[in-house]
Amino acid sequence: MEYFIQQLVNGITLGSIYGLIAIGYTMVYGIIGMINFAHGDIFMIGAFVALISFIIFGLTGVALPIILLLVLLIAMLFTACYGWTVEKLAYKPLRGSFRLAPLISALGMSIVLQNYVQVAQGARVKPMQPLISGGLEFFNNSDFIVTVSYLQIFIVILTIILMGIFTYLITKTDLGRAQRACEQDRTMTALLGINVDRTISITFIIGSSLASVAGMMFVLYYGVIDFYIGFLAGIKAFTAAVLGGIGSLPGAMLGGLLIGLIETFWAGYVSLEYKDVAAFSVLIVVLIFFPTGFLGKPDIEKV
Amino acid sequence: MLKISNVETFYGKIQALRGVDLDVNDGEIVSLIGSNGAGKSTLLMTISGVNKAKRGNIVFNGENIENKQPHKIVDMGICQVPEGRRIFSRLTVEENLRLGAHANEKGKYFENDIKEVYDLFPVLSDRKTQRGGTLSGGEQQMLAIGRALMSKPKVLLLDEPSLGIAPKLVNQIFVSIKNINKEKNVTIFLVEQNAKKALELADRAYVLVNGKVTIKGSGQELLKNKDIQAAYLEGGAKN
Ligand SMILES: Nc1ncnc2c1ncn2[C@@H]1O[C@H](COP(=O)(O)OP(=O)(O)OP(=O)(O)O)[C@@H](O)[C@H]1O
Ligand SMILES: [Mg+2]
Repeated sequence: MEYFIQQLVNGITLGSIYGLIAIGYTMVYGIIGMINFAHGDIFMIGAFVALISFIIFGLTGVALPIILLLVLLIAMLFTACYGWTVEKLAYKPLRGSFRLAPLISALGMSIVLQNYVQVAQGARVKPMQPLISGGLEFFNNSDFIVTVSYLQIFIVILTIILMGIFTYLITKTDLGRAQRACEQDRTMTALLGINVDRTISITFIIGSSLASVAGMMFVLYYGVIDFYIGFLAGIKAFTAAVLGGIGSLPGAMLGGLLIGLIETFWAGYVSLEYKDVAAFSVLIVVLIFFPTGFLGKPDIEKV
Repeated sequence: MLKISNVETFYGKIQALRGVDLDVNDGEIVSLIGSNGAGKSTLLMTISGVNKAKRGNIVFNGENIENKQPHKIVDMGICQVPEGRRIFSRLTVEENLRLGAHANEKGKYFENDIKEVYDLFPVLSDRKTQRGGTLSGGEQQMLAIGRALMSKPKVLLLDEPSLGIAPKLVNQIFVSIKNINKEKNVTIFLVEQNAKKALELADRAYVLVNGKVTIKGSGQELLKNKDIQAAYLEGGAKN
């Protein structure tokens, strides 16, 4: 039982990270109908920006909460610029051309970003000293002690806050309405005086910012990164988005959580070596029974 | 206020407009009739900047707009209710109206404007929180017109508002169009296949055939025109 609870805690933490990345996949798919294969690498860039900022601020001796806040903002800002640029350079010029063109362009962008970081930062893994240590212990008098680290609490709470802000943004603001309108009919949205290109840009900015937060969490949680982390994390987050129903925002959050849990429980109970395969096996099974994912909207309403 | 000269629009190699000349003056209701595939929707989409004119000019209040982006054209005061209404089916009625208010100084006058729309189409007020996709065809048309009015347009472009709507509602919609023109001082450019109704309502009208204007005159003149009667009126409203 205690072991189970420990895995649950670990799974939710990991699921938070995947969920934040998955939102970017699902938003971009929703608005321009393409799978942004470079999104995993945007997450990786976010992790690098966070790592570099942590090292720089670590030298100044500023208090930890302030460092966390500053790094968060810097990572979001820089990574958003990368996301925005990728869209302008690689996808916008291809809008209106055949469907596979932006997909190929995205794969190219993914390689470009990886190589860019490899050249700029080197190919070796980058370690970081743990910043947030300690935690709470439960079931102290049993033979398996459940530990919830402060870092895990930080990750989950930050995710909940961001999801809250994000949900408000999408459901209640002008920007969110414009974004949902674009998902249904971009021409009609433009005919109402809304700048569609800008709305798409903002979608990339939001998706990249959330991915960068996931990147920061990843650095803190695992303590090592390299230029290649975006590949696997990206594919898993993409799987999460499909599992939840691609295009559905609550679906991305739910999918992320599920993938995190599946992976952790698989590693805990079945086999550590094959943990990366687990998520994909589940995806295949789920898609057989729910072809549009758990919360996917069947596209019957298209006028 | 809106002057279209010699406009040609293409879809790839297919030419849909072959040099259209047409004017809409301040305060008028101008109708454009023509059969399927004549190029009516293409003309409206060209005015709105969704399709680009390959040749010719479109001047609105002294300014060339043929190279402007669609959202800029809405900001200037030209709003279109496109063919098929294109309601955002997953958004609520009120959210649809809010989107329309975007061009109107980002919805600064929203409360007042939405009340005007609800006064014009009370049924929308009862359906506020319902999803757009659950409305009937007629209600969707009202929502589409209401949504466009939220941008406070100077000119309203209407593409076949009677299409696929019960005859009783068609009358109601034409009465509303007249009200919008007379009471809210919105200039109307109306595209219709329902030629009789469109000509009765119009101050002036044009006939578009195969991408070119062939006949123009006052609404009454065109109603009496023998060619038009033969082609568009006597049981020909459907052709
Ligand atoms: N997206 C498109 N691609 C290629 N050709 C098109 C496209 N849209 C319209 N056309 C062609 O352009 C011509 C004009 O079409 P348009 O839709 O403007 O006609 P319309 O007068 O609005 O007809 P309707 O009364 O049926 O709505 C037609 O020959 C049509 O086949
Ligand atoms: Mg048409």
